[in-house]
Amino acid sequence: MMQKLDQVPMGKPSRNVLAMFVGLLFLLGAIGSLHVAANAYDTIMGFHASLFTGFFLLAVIWIAKAAQDGATERGYMDKVIKYGTVASVFWGVVGFIVGLVIALQLAFPMLNFDTSFINFGRLRPLHTSAVIFAFGGNILIASSLYVVQRTCNARLFGGNLAWLVFWGYQFFIVLAATAYLMGGTQGKEYAEPEWYIDIWLTIVWVAYLVVFLGTLIKRKEPHIYVANWFYLAFIVTIAMLHLINNLAVPVSIYSSHSVMYFSGVQDALIQWWYGHNAVGFFLTAGFLGIMYYFVPKRVERPVYSYRLSIVHFWSLIFLYIWAGPHHLHYTALPDWAQTLGMAFSVMLWMPSWGGMINGLMTLSGAWDKLRTDPVVRMLVVSIAFYGMSTFEGPVMSIKAVNSLSHYTDWTIGHVHSGALGWVGMVSFGAIYCLVPWLWGRKRLYSDKLVEWHFWLATIGIVFYIAAMWPAGIYQGLMWRAYDALGFLEYSFVESVAMAHPYFMIRALGGGLFMLGSLVMAYNVYRTIRGDERIGEYGDDAQTVAAE
Amino acid sequence: MTYEAVSAFAGTWGLVWLVILFAGTMGYAFWPGNEKRFDRAADAPLRSDEQTLHDGEKE
Repeated sequence: MMQKLDQVPMGKPSRNVLAMFVGLLFLLGAIGSLHVAANAYDTIMGFHASLFTGFFLLAVIWIAKAAQDGATERGYMDKVIKYGTVASVFWGVVGFIVGLVIALQLAFPMLNFDTSFINFGRLRPLHTSAVIFAFGGNILIASSLYVVQRTCNARLFGGNLAWLVFWGYQFFIVLAATAYLMGGTQGKEYAEPEWYIDIWLTIVWVAYLVVFLGTLIKRKEPHIYVANWFYLAFIVTIAMLHLINNLAVPVSIYSSHSVMYFSGVQDALIQWWYGHNAVGFFLTAGFLGIMYYFVPKRVERPVYSYRLSIVHFWSLIFLYIWAGPHHLHYTALPDWAQTLGMAFSVMLWMPSWGGMINGLMTLSGAWDKLRTDPVVRMLVVSIAFYGMSTFEGPVMSIKAVNSLSHYTDWTIGHVHSGALGWVGMVSFGAIYCLVPWLWGRKRLYSDKLVEWHFWLATIGIVFYIAAMWPAGIYQGLMWRAYDALGFLEYSFVESVAMAHPYFMIRALGGGLFMLGSLVMAYNVYRTIRGDERIGEYGDDAQTVAAE
Repeated sequence: MTYEAVSAFAGTWGLVWLVILFAGTMGYAFWPGNEKRFDRAADAPLRSDEQTLHDGEKE
């Protein structure tokens, strides 16, 4: 009896000491950021330092409440994963809407409304960060914490540290997004946030690494399942890329501005080493972690070849890291380095297609599920897009092709076949799996709505990439056309006018994709409430209130 | 280090390094003794059913 009493409400005394220590750190942080807010040189720093003060104070309250409640979750730590899944859906919808807005701004420039806050230049990084880091990042973090617990048979390491990862990451997103709207950027693609946001993300990311690695270390399984290897490569490599690409000296602690450490071609190479490995390790390795867990789990078949998955993993990570220079063909970068980037990109065909085959063949013996389970269909189409975009990418990295495709909308089309087709679809598949599993529902609110989402998204992607291919090739051809006297045949604005109809088709495709995400959000909301769509699953189905 | 030295190093030892990595990966993946281990690992997602955490951690 005695034992039970001191087990339940207050927790261990050592834990309370730790909570007090962390609370004190946050309190100091709040005081420090209040000081910076009061003395800030620019409005962005003033605003953000105030946000930091608020966030840190909320964190102190959160910690105090958690210490008072004392109760820890039994079994797997899933509440934080529920939050991450919902956050992913929310940011996904936001990111897709902003994407549609900027697509329309390109087609109809008047939609910039002559105001700096929502012009294309500021909304574009908001879109890319929202979809990659907010939508993709949240589902990667949530699914990785889900998968690592299941496949290691262990609860998350670090207790409430996972909550720092979740809330800290959302705060990073808010900081980055508000900075872009106010014009705060260090001008590096996909690494736009300024120095203090970078430092905050570093803290959050290290916490994430500790939670993930700690769980791996205390696993009850002898072997680390391949999905965890992919997640781990994603976490470790992103940490390395983030640290090196964001090396900068702040002008002052009271200023949001900083000076980059590297300059010239070194800076360009570091930036695209970062940029391409953000594709390779964030948008590929991380989501392959999702593929290697959710596809086998959903079709109830082990992965087609575990050996192939090992070869896939090691060859992918050792080749990808060298592919970045293909972003700098025909620039000041030494020629051999360009050729090296191209050669490694072409070699990536092998692991990419090995992985695609491994994912698809996992369905062997269960192909009928394509017909009966729309979530499986989504996962399979995502793998097909993975294969398509990893075929197209190496082609575009070849210098001769790149001389035509670079700086054109072909690149935009390629990115979106990977981002909407592969990353988007595999994330939707994971969300549709996770929501019923996490909330203990028998099934989704509606499989029919998943089918609607599937077709809206797929048709949207086809419109998008089918418009960007011809637009890009036309642009490339027009820009390189010379007349007999060696003058350019077309002015730049003529290539813009040529692309206008394609821009409108692209906006249509993006709009369909965005509508699909709204359907998903509704379906997820009703599933969490515990509803099942009336009449869809036969007579036993009826609307049941959440327990 | 001069530019030439870096480029020559990348062109020679880089190749050796990647061949070693490749041979190591293939060796590990196809080592007969690892088969059981991999078979068990491949089943991990299917074994991991909900609410079956056997954790030895006592609070």
